[in-house]
Amino acid sequence: MTSDRDADSFQPLTDAEAEANRRARVLMKGNEAIAEAAIQAGCDAYFGYPITPQAELLEWMARRMLELGRVFVQAESELGAINMALGAAATGARVLVSSSSPGISLMAEGMSYMAASGTPMVLVNIMRAGPGLGGIGPSQSDYFQATKGHGHGDYHVPVLAPASIGEAMELMATAFELAERYRTPTMLVADGILGQAMEPVELRFRTPERQVFDWALTGASGRPARIVNSIDLQPELLEKRNLALQAKYRDIARHEVRWEGWQLDDAEFAIVAYGTAARVARSAIARAREKGIKVGLFRPITLWPFPERELARLSRHLHGILTVELSSGQMVEDVRLAVEGRCPVAFHGRMGGMVPTPDEVLGALKALRAKVARTLAAESLDDTDGRGAHAPGHGHNGRAIDVSGRTGAQRGGPR
Amino acid sequence: MTLQTPGRESTGAAARLVYRKPDVLIDRSTHYCPGCGHGIVHRLLAEVLTELDLPAHTIAVAPVGCAVFAYDYLDVDFVEAPHGRAPAVATGIRRVRPEAFVFTYQGDGDLAAIGTAEIVHAAARGERITAIFVNNGIYGMTGGQMAPTTLLGQKTTSSPTGRDAALMGFPIRITEMLAQLPGVAYAARGTIADVSGIGKLKAMIKRACQVQISGGGFAIVEALSNCPVGWGMTPQESLEHLKGPVVEAYPLGVMVDRGAAGSAGPAAVGSAGRTDATRPSEA
Repeated sequence: MTSDRDADSFQPLTDAEAEANRRARVLMKGNEAIAEAAIQAGCDAYFGYPITPQAELLEWMARRMLELGRVFVQAESELGAINMALGAAATGARVLVSSSSPGISLMAEGMSYMAASGTPMVLVNIMRAGPGLGGIGPSQSDYFQATKGHGHGDYHVPVLAPASIGEAMELMATAFELAERYRTPTMLVADGILGQAMEPVELRFRTPERQVFDWALTGASGRPARIVNSIDLQPELLEKRNLALQAKYRDIARHEVRWEGWQLDDAEFAIVAYGTAARVARSAIARAREKGIKVGLFRPITLWPFPERELARLSRHLHGILTVELSSGQMVEDVRLAVEGRCPVAFHGRMGGMVPTPDEVLGALKALRAKVARTLAAESLDDTDGRGAHAPGHGHNGRAIDVSGRTGAQRGGPR
Repeated sequence: MTLQTPGRESTGAAARLVYRKPDVLIDRSTHYCPGCGHGIVHRLLAEVLTELDLPAHTIAVAPVGCAVFAYDYLDVDFVEAPHGRAPAVATGIRRVRPEAFVFTYQGDGDLAAIGTAEIVHAAARGERITAIFVNNGIYGMTGGQMAPTTLLGQKTTSSPTGRDAALMGFPIRITEMLAQLPGVAYAARGTIADVSGIGKLKAMIKRACQVQISGGGFAIVEALSNCPVGWGMTPQESLEHLKGPVVEAYPLGVMVDRGAAGSAGPAAVGSAGRTDATRPSEA
């Protein structure tokens, strides 16, 4: 799916193919493409509140949803919007809400209630730079918020992170599927660049099949009354509800991890990045490869569940990992947890709406490579390229480590 | 749905049925404190829902507060709202379920403090929902703290020397505020303080439901109620207090009844493509 790959295997198109290709693509702004993809995915109702840089998404819905005879409400606040979504989704409707970082903070309460009560809906966060009112530049500084709970209580929501407008369109349908399959709110996060940029996209849409919900509130006609709630004042019952939620999250983590690898087959280093940062990383990787640095890209598409097993497996074959984010370093914590010390993990990020350049990333990559080389040299290893000492299944001290990376040998004593 | 108002049930010749618990009122003892007015309001609501043949079409919104477990007593579909957000939740239901009967059941902390934005804007939009607003002037569930509706001078656990206007501001007459909005089809205040008040309150609740059924806009009924435990009174004392200073601070009556015709808000929503200007005016 990457242009670089396509370029590698470039085949001339026939005139007819080129014409079909040209026709199939239209130039769309990210916010508008996401909105239209939601509509084509069967979104019944949209609730929102104006905020930059996602306002075009709301505006697109304001026009299109009414054209189609569907529901659009501009709420009095993000609190209003997320709770309208709660009400509509509790009846089984397919519901979308969108906002940007400060507005998403206000929605934390509603998200917690929906996670607890098993109410499916999709929330799009076109992330801007914080904290506080911050700015309107692109950012990925809501990673913690999206993946570590958002609101109060023990819960997660699936978080999808597209790296292109085309992918965002595809993932909108996926988001509704996940929401309904697991009865959970689901987030799609994109930084302000993906919201604001225009790219040629194929108008390919997907409409997830409608489920019959045995929990939806439709009026208790010919059946017992239904309740969508989250309160259990008896600790025994509330623990039971929590255990059920955690079982659901394990199920999601088993089946719904998504990620993409690029140029990893011979890689000695990997850049881990998502969204716009992954696009910058791609450019940096192309330049690094020209200089003979064997580096590839590991791109999480689901930020939660994080592709930890896949990254752990990969890390056994790497000299080092560079994580690149539009933040102070949030996802890098999950990278380190997954890698468990099998190789060094470095970080490069920019904040405040700044975006790292490919050359900056290349510089960080070179610094990581130099540090790894120094470490290996300091360990008095005779293998000049360091590869031997850092072969798969070996720690930096050259002694074998087990799969989990925790060994008595490394800790210097028996367990 | 068929929503005619049935007349009083005809009774057999042998015995005259004076009162029958509506089926929609679940037969169980409540978690409310002795003497609490919530039970009366629940019963009135159950009677009205039954008389208007609404239970099978109802989707109700439970609040946070003493009535958080309203669904344990009223046998209709219920969704729980976060504190104060019931009118927004009801808006979401209304918009995707134009055929449903939608009501919120909220206390004064919920509706007049944390949920002011939600209630004001649901009213301003003329959402076709009915809000049952139980005002007992106190946060009962959390132990009797001061509410925005607490009377001046009233002692609560968070105004231990009495509510002082200089420090704590004045009570809010929020139903009067809402009645100013053109989207509000019906706004009234009644009380559970005595038998005649209860009869009038029921008529108000019924009217607030009928307004929704006939396509009107937002309807609210404020029920002045008591909280013997929170007020530090016996149930009997609390009812006397309700009839006296509480009713004096919150006058009873219908503030506005624009009926179906007067509301400016969206009717059958989900009725997309129609704006306020083009929506059919109510007969």
